[in-house]
Amino acid sequence: MIFSLTLSPEKEDSNKYPHAAMGIENLGNAPAQKPRWGELEEEDDGSDYDFLLPPKQVIGPDEHGLKKVIEYKFNDEGNRVKITTTTRVRKLANARLSKRAVERRSWLKFGDAVHEDVGARLTMVSTEEIIFERPRAPGTKAEESNASGDPLAQMSKGGAVLMVCRTCGKKGDHWTSKCPYKDLAQPSETFVENPNPNPADAGASGPAKGGAYVPPTMRAGAVRPAAGGADMRRRNDENSVRVNNLSEDTREPDLLELFRPFGSVSRVYVAMDQKTGMSRGFGFVNFVRREDGERAIAKLNGYGYDNLILSVEWAAPRAN
Amino acid sequence: MRPILMKGHERPLTFLKYNRDGDLLFSCAKDHTPTVWFADNGERLGTYRGHNGAVWCCDVSRDSTRLITGSADQSAKLWDVQSGTPLFTFNFDSPARAVDFSVGDKLSVITTDPFMGLSSAIHVKRIAADPEDQIGESVLVLKGPQGRINRAVWGPLNRTIISAGEDAVIRIWDTETGKLLQENDKDVGHKKTITSLAKSTDASHFLTGSLDKSAKLWDSRSLTLIKTYVTERPVNAVAMSPLLNHVVLGGGQDASSVTTTDHRAGKFEAKFYDKILQEEIGGVKGHFGPINALAFNPDGKSFSSGGEDGYVRLHHFDSDYFKIPSI
Repeated sequence: MIFSLTLSPEKEDSNKYPHAAMGIENLGNAPAQKPRWGELEEEDDGSDYDFLLPPKQVIGPDEHGLKKVIEYKFNDEGNRVKITTTTRVRKLANARLSKRAVERRSWLKFGDAVHEDVGARLTMVSTEEIIFERPRAPGTKAEESNASGDPLAQMSKGGAVLMVCRTCGKKGDHWTSKCPYKDLAQPSETFVENPNPNPADAGASGPAKGGAYVPPTMRAGAVRPAAGGADMRRRNDENSVRVNNLSEDTREPDLLELFRPFGSVSRVYVAMDQKTGMSRGFGFVNFVRREDGERAIAKLNGYGYDNLILSVEWAAPRAN
Repeated sequence: MRPILMKGHERPLTFLKYNRDGDLLFSCAKDHTPTVWFADNGERLGTYRGHNGAVWCCDVSRDSTRLITGSADQSAKLWDVQSGTPLFTFNFDSPARAVDFSVGDKLSVITTDPFMGLSSAIHVKRIAADPEDQIGESVLVLKGPQGRINRAVWGPLNRTIISAGEDAVIRIWDTETGKLLQENDKDVGHKKTITSLAKSTDASHFLTGSLDKSAKLWDSRSLTLIKTYVTERPVNAVAMSPLLNHVVLGGGQDASSVTTTDHRAGKFEAKFYDKILQEEIGGVKGHFGPINALAFNPDGKSFSSGGEDGYVRLHHFDSDYFKIPSI
């Protein structure tokens, strides 16, 4: 019977864990070939069938320092088992010592170190890879160490970035779902546009520079509680701009794109006819700042969008 | 980088010093036992037992045979580095703080704190080659500064002694006569306690770090301000790279921001600045408490930091540290 050598799934170790990764695979218990009894050694007591196993393979450290050792043995049930051990060998430092330094290396331990056993664990290599963090480019520089959990202020400038993480604001590093700081508070408003992060940046880093304590509710991007007198719904309506005479196929993203240049938009809504699925011709855009809404009204009222002329004005207060 | 963590001290670290060859690292902490480690792999070599109080500072001779330590138990001790035996004890009437061997290791400066009516002072002691001949008399005693003197070092060629402390004034004293030669210009100087001082390898300029959240680079002879490095945290420790034009600042945390910053552990960082451009070029996080001590290996390829958490973190730089562009 011919047995096939299938490779066990390799658990290649990530950068974080330089210790071994093991893969064990059961190859079945039928030996490939019976050895000829005449060739067996006399002292063989019959239980040592290690010659039936392929020899141990060592695939030496490659350019990344990865070393694989493939061993075969019989497990307790008598099945042949393949054990793949992947280790990453990494040199932390080059010790180029002077002659006297080499002598000092062989000094006897003294003081409290005299009775030190090998497993003392006073000295340990960190399990975490610490990177030499370069500061972010000027302009997006937010004081990460001081502004606590303030992801909104640290969002990147609109559009010019490959990868943005909303939680820690690091550009080009990882996406939000892969953020190492996932436990931080997520942005409270589901949809916050920040093409103009400077005011928000000033809010977050202002206290850092001024040294004053800024309570969490007063910081940029914070959600103010109802005690402020305006709850979430009312705040959404305070800077609400109504846009009339929208074309049939205008949707929320279109409105967003149109109004973004004027400032941070907190919410867009286009009134839809459920039956036809088309826009009813009007919608609402909520700005974070009132001035942005004012400018939007000034500029876009009478603006030709698609095939219709828009009518933009402040929204009338809600009926209920 | 994979820092090597050394937890030999139970109390906060106060000072770190590499020997001239760069193979030994001496650490002082508020527990009474200075420790020596191998600087390549962080393995502990030994501890110096004998002090009864927090050890504030240490210095090692150029041949790595003698260690001097200053302690809050009102003494400074001279040790044999290899065996750990105390060779001599200098007794004072108040806690000793900063110590520094002169060039040539024949003299040492030891500062004492203000204590019970006594003002702070700078003592200069002669260090005998043979410990048997060592005497405890001071060659020179300098008084004058108000408040604690946190650091005192020898100026270029031992002609001067530079001291800095709680009154935020840097003073240069003449070694021969003991006279105060210069004080730094108050307008440009630090505004709060100077916590740390680091000399360049040739002692031509030095760096001071202060609780006013800045570090300043000064010329050793003229005491002119050359550069200022600004950070958001009070600076507890400073170090200058002997190899590249980098300056490292380590600090604490403002009391007011303790409750507002998030709870991410290990976020106290040592900040690297370009020495000439005064710009931040990087940070190394990891400490669980404010950083109190920083030291560069004389070969410039590794550095260590000691924190309030009692850990010494030894970092060997990756190759990309050496490729940081200077702009």
